[in-house]
Amino acid sequence: MLTLPIYLDNNATTPLDPRVLDAMLPYMTKMFGNAASRNHAFGWQAEEAVDYAREQIASLINCSPKEIIFTSGATESDNLAIKGVFEMYASKGNHIITVTTEHKAVLDTCKHIEKVGGKVTYLTVDEKGLIDLKQLEEAITDKTILISVMYANNEVGVIQPIREISALAKKHGILFFTDATQAVGKIPVDVEADGIDLMAFSAHKMYGPKGVGALYVRRKNPRVKVTAQMDGGGHERGMRSGTLNVPGIVGLGKAAEIAKQDMEADTARIAAMRDRLEKELITIEESYVNGSTEHRLPHVSNISFKYVEGEGLMMGVKDLAVSSGSACTSASLEPSYVLKALGLSDDLAHSSLRFGLSRFTTDEEIDFAINHVKEAVAKLRELSPLWEMFKEGIDLNSIEWAEH
Amino acid sequence: MAYSDKVIDHYTNPRNVGTLDKSKASVGTGLVGAPECGDVMRLQIEVDENQVITDAKFKTFGCGSAIASSSLATEWLKGKTVDEALAIDNMAIVEELALPPVKIHCSVLAEDAIKSAINDYRVKNGLPALELPKSHH
Repeated sequence: MLTLPIYLDNNATTPLDPRVLDAMLPYMTKMFGNAASRNHAFGWQAEEAVDYAREQIASLINCSPKEIIFTSGATESDNLAIKGVFEMYASKGNHIITVTTEHKAVLDTCKHIEKVGGKVTYLTVDEKGLIDLKQLEEAITDKTILISVMYANNEVGVIQPIREISALAKKHGILFFTDATQAVGKIPVDVEADGIDLMAFSAHKMYGPKGVGALYVRRKNPRVKVTAQMDGGGHERGMRSGTLNVPGIVGLGKAAEIAKQDMEADTARIAAMRDRLEKELITIEESYVNGSTEHRLPHVSNISFKYVEGEGLMMGVKDLAVSSGSACTSASLEPSYVLKALGLSDDLAHSSLRFGLSRFTTDEEIDFAINHVKEAVAKLRELSPLWEMFKEGIDLNSIEWAEH
Repeated sequence: MAYSDKVIDHYTNPRNVGTLDKSKASVGTGLVGAPECGDVMRLQIEVDENQVITDAKFKTFGCGSAIASSSLATEWLKGKTVDEALAIDNMAIVEELALPPVKIHCSVLAEDAIKSAINDYRVKNGLPALELPKSHH
């Protein structure tokens, strides 16, 4: 039985895995203790649960449990990593290197750094969405203290050359931070092999609950420290105060355990469905895949359907929950800055849809999605003056559009 | 953001989709918006000797509200005189379709399309183009 609408927006958030919920529930009722209560069984139980979660997470990303700092999510982790390093290493320098296609949680934190006297270099990407390592190395100065490059992009799914980036960082004695929100739990992430010093990730992108995430902070080779961004009880080795979200943390731990155990099988199945979806949809005339298809997350596909507008298209595919690079609803009318950074023209960026599959996506849902999108594109092109002009051989660039 | 029933109705069953012969002197064509901005409307009117709009057609690249605004505009245009058509205000479209503030620009674009089509018709028939206030949306 197909239940509509179909959820294909798993880069925004994923459903909670029922196995995760089962693990969390006891910690909301009977075992409600504060993990910092050292003087009774309720506290010990909670602390034990948190420690176990730390181990589950450490096992997924190949680190020591002591290197996990729990936060409220990836946005907080991004803030803590960048602001925390900037403040802690102020005596070493004030320069940070990042990329134009980063998530706003990184970009806006970097904007803040610039306001408080830091310097930030924003690397550009090529048409596949990848950074240029030569450009990265050239951007390094003797004041550079941090390189912040996301593991995989949320809009197009492109995976950056993490090991090459970390090698460069190491060579120049610079810390390497990666926002791995879209990658952890989806593809193998190994902080040792990948040479990562700090890493942000979140539970709700990997079938865990919302409101909990973590920052990995390396303890050895080198020992990394970040200045706390919240004052309080000195939890999490003094780097993040605040009573631990025990049920959330238990959920993140369980989600990590399941991810490790099921990743190989899940990935093969999800990638096969994604590939089929994409292969079918690009048989539509004038449709284009955005970003690298070679270095890409297995569950993401971002496609532009030229001459139809993304928001109109989303309304046409009302039985699918997807997202669009069009930002017609926002005040700015600016389409996705990520797609524009890949060199897409505004009209192609406006015409894009992002499909994000999950471990719960079924073949039947993909069949439905393929037909639904094909019909909607055909219908909207019948309505599109641009499509008509294209079919008549009129070069749209030759027209003087009234910019508004 | 939820769309109003009227927007959904116009989007699902758009009225007067199509193309009139733009080489005819009795046909006025307005093409407004820009692909980079995410909406382009083409609105056409056919005017008889009594200055009455006998037919109207549109094609729109844009969101649901843009499609609905232009579909509604063609419905309103048919049977009106050119002067009556000139008096159509974008806020009437906003009201009829219950457009939220972020979608008001769609109605402005529809009003621009009407005026632009009328001007095209006027110029073709030896009349001076009307000065139109430059809209910002």
